[in-house]
Amino acid sequence: MAFLTVQVNDVEHHLDLDTRTSLLDLLRERLRLTGSKKGCDHGQCGSCTVLVDGRRVNSCLLLAVACDGSQVTTVEGLAGGDGLHPVQEAFIEQDAFQCGYCTPGQLCSVVGMLDEGGPSAITEDLSTEPVLDAAEIRERMSGNLCRCGAYVNIVAAIEQAAGVAAPVAQAEAVR
Amino acid sequence: MNRVEGRDKVTGQATYAYEYDVEGVAYAFVVQSAIAKGRIRSLDASAALTTPGVLTVLSSADRPELGDTDDPELAVFQGPEIAYHGQAVAVVVAETLEVAREAARTGVRVEYDEEPHDVRLRPDHPGLYRPKVVNPGFPSRTEKGDVEAGLADAVVTVDEVYTTPALHNNAMEPHATIAVWGPDGDLTLYDSTQGPTGHRDITARVLGLPPERVRVVSRHVGGGFGSKGTPRPQAVIAALAARAAGRPVKLTLTRHQMYDMTGYRTPTIQRVRLGADAQGRLTALDHDVAEQSSTLKEFAEQTTVVSRVMYATPALRTDHHLARLDVPTPSWMRAPGETPGMFALESAMDELAIAAGMDPIELRITNEPDAEPGSGRPYSSRNLVACLREGAHRFGWARRDPEPGIRLEGRWLVGTGVASSTYPAYRRPTSASVSVLNGDFIVRVAAVDIGTGARTALTRIAADALGASPEQVRVEIGDSDLPKATLAGGSMGTASWGTAVVRACEALLKNGGKEATADTTDEVGEAADFARHAFGAQFAEVRVHADTGEVRVSRLLGVFAAGRIIAPKLARSQFIGGMTMGLGMALMEQTITDPDFGDFLTDDLAQYHLPACADVPAIEVAWIDEEDPYLNPMGSKGIGEIGIVGTAAAIANAVHHATGHRIRHLPITPDKLLI
Ligand code: FES
Ligand code: FES
Repeated sequence: MAFLTVQVNDVEHHLDLDTRTSLLDLLRERLRLTGSKKGCDHGQCGSCTVLVDGRRVNSCLLLAVACDGSQVTTVEGLAGGDGLHPVQEAFIEQDAFQCGYCTPGQLCSVVGMLDEGGPSAITEDLSTEPVLDAAEIRERMSGNLCRCGAYVNIVAAIEQAAGVAAPVAQAEAVR
Repeated sequence: MNRVEGRDKVTGQATYAYEYDVEGVAYAFVVQSAIAKGRIRSLDASAALTTPGVLTVLSSADRPELGDTDDPELAVFQGPEIAYHGQAVAVVVAETLEVAREAARTGVRVEYDEEPHDVRLRPDHPGLYRPKVVNPGFPSRTEKGDVEAGLADAVVTVDEVYTTPALHNNAMEPHATIAVWGPDGDLTLYDSTQGPTGHRDITARVLGLPPERVRVVSRHVGGGFGSKGTPRPQAVIAALAARAAGRPVKLTLTRHQMYDMTGYRTPTIQRVRLGADAQGRLTALDHDVAEQSSTLKEFAEQTTVVSRVMYATPALRTDHHLARLDVPTPSWMRAPGETPGMFALESAMDELAIAAGMDPIELRITNEPDAEPGSGRPYSSRNLVACLREGAHRFGWARRDPEPGIRLEGRWLVGTGVASSTYPAYRRPTSASVSVLNGDFIVRVAAVDIGTGARTALTRIAADALGASPEQVRVEIGDSDLPKATLAGGSMGTASWGTAVVRACEALLKNGGKEATADTTDEVGEAADFARHAFGAQFAEVRVHADTGEVRVSRLLGVFAAGRIIAPKLARSQFIGGMTMGLGMALMEQTITDPDFGDFLTDDLAQYHLPACADVPAIEVAWIDEEDPYLNPMGSKGIGEIGIVGTAAAIANAVHHATGHRIRHLPITPDKLLI
């Protein structure tokens, strides 16, 4: 057992914890914040993505004891109040989810990603700040799997939230 | 209309099976068999039982009492026999997840008498036999006309073998259950299921309880794609563990365990023979498949049934052969039958078009049937040709040079391909109720929303039937205590539930009272005899790297004819989702079986590659609005599955157009192109 202090969504918790507990299990099983999802428990799907001190991490890969003194933001705290974060609104408007199980991880990942900047693996020109176009978004969001296949709408939602134009795609009947 | 539960899902308030806050809950973790065939010689759980925090261990040594043990996948811990690698052999229950997991991994010693296993499907497997019926009840073999004569008379022929690997559904939410026994012996299961009513009935039977003593709750389900269509072992194990521990118990399978215990798509080895005359009219179609099931249960995927539906031919033979191997039982995965079957048929049609010197779209249109080829029944509606023509127009097909392997952009070879889609329009009996509360309407039906948008579609349907606005309608689903309903599967959820909801709403308007109910058993049973199918056309553009063999899909277009579309925004997402899964099937997804150990080798998301965001281009979807009076009061056909059907063939056909290489064995990985 180990003693630690973490701030989760601006609430401070003092905890006595089994040292084997992952941050994800701490959130879900101890703090009853079940918004963060477990899809693989192996850092392979991104469902468990949360922000630790503002950076996106796979909370299933992080032992809770390593978060002593950290500030954690989960999907429940993303909006910082009762309203919705612009990324959450864009996800609803663009229908960027179906079953919703990957969604909290996607949302935290987007919010973290939009703060990151810098080049990605596909950035050609390393001398200037890359433009966040669809290809850069797809590359930067590829740590978050969605089996429902909502990627097309997720990219549109991110473009909307980031202020790159993305009208709500209309599927159309042709006759 | 946006998804009605959208806000809950983006704020983390939507509750999935493992997440219910249950007082005093204990944690369970499953121990799996380490051999593929044999018997448990001894099972020693003493180390687990003496671990602080462990409450109990359950295994075949205890042989917990069950009711009906007919389903060997659900009759857990009933004996020492092992039928596949990864079968559940014990469960550990503990105060915390950490303790349960560690004790399951290190505290249960199992020794086996191992026997040689047979896990490899092959076309000459001596055990291949013809099952009586294939899923969900089709005859295994059909024959009309003289196939050999048709092939002999043909001007052009195709005779090829196509294979698809084992595939796993991999819903993002792992299969999970919380089991709670009440003081009076009633059981509540919070479970990730596609059908609360069916789950309740089956689980009650296995546990030896009357169905009314069991309640299954599944308000939100994180995908299923068929794998949650029936109860999985973890539901029974959780119930037994909770009974043994005298406490509520929660149990989730890990991602690894899902590969063994939640079903998968069988690998298929398909032989397709096509013959056509000089005008491209089919003279014969022969479609045969070899596939696998476990030694425990016969599950026969209906792989060649699509050939009874698609094209006009005077001679048609379809057949299925099954080998029973020492593997887990395969099951439903998004469009079972259609998905692998149409990869083979639509690849073969592309090969036939090339052999006949015809455009592949024109070849399909040439073979448009007047009635369903296998049965002779008229179609309730069929708009494949309209889909192909509309898609050709949107995709710019007219500009296409059919010559393969000649378009090089930088180091990328570019090509385009087309394939047809199809999926049947089923309907099953369902009940629903609607009541009036303070001027609003409460609709109740034991439907479930696994991501399909069921809640939203039913809201729309009820509002239309009542002449009310969607804001006045509240739909309650995901609970077996609600009026009984068929499952979210076979793309028949909305059609089945929607019919019952419309009828209940009509009854309410008629009786002018506070509540009305409906049961569609008679209506569904009396439906006229039509061939009811949705159709579609898929177009793909690929870029294949000339040096590395990497394939990138740069465009995907799907045009579908699926009756009236009820919730357009969500329908588009469903089609795109299906096509995205089809892209995965085409390029990356495969579950490899280890012949030496008999287990699935690629059993996690690092080794079994799902499409990621960077794999998926902008996907375009359109549909032909159909008026079909023979379906249901909404005039709708199901849309959950057709999106995956044909995608892999469209991509494989595009790869051929790009490179001149015909890939008949999925997935299309670079090694297959670097030859
Ligand atoms: S649950 Fe953490 S990455 Fe999958
Ligand atoms: S919305 Fe279902 S996995 Fe992404």
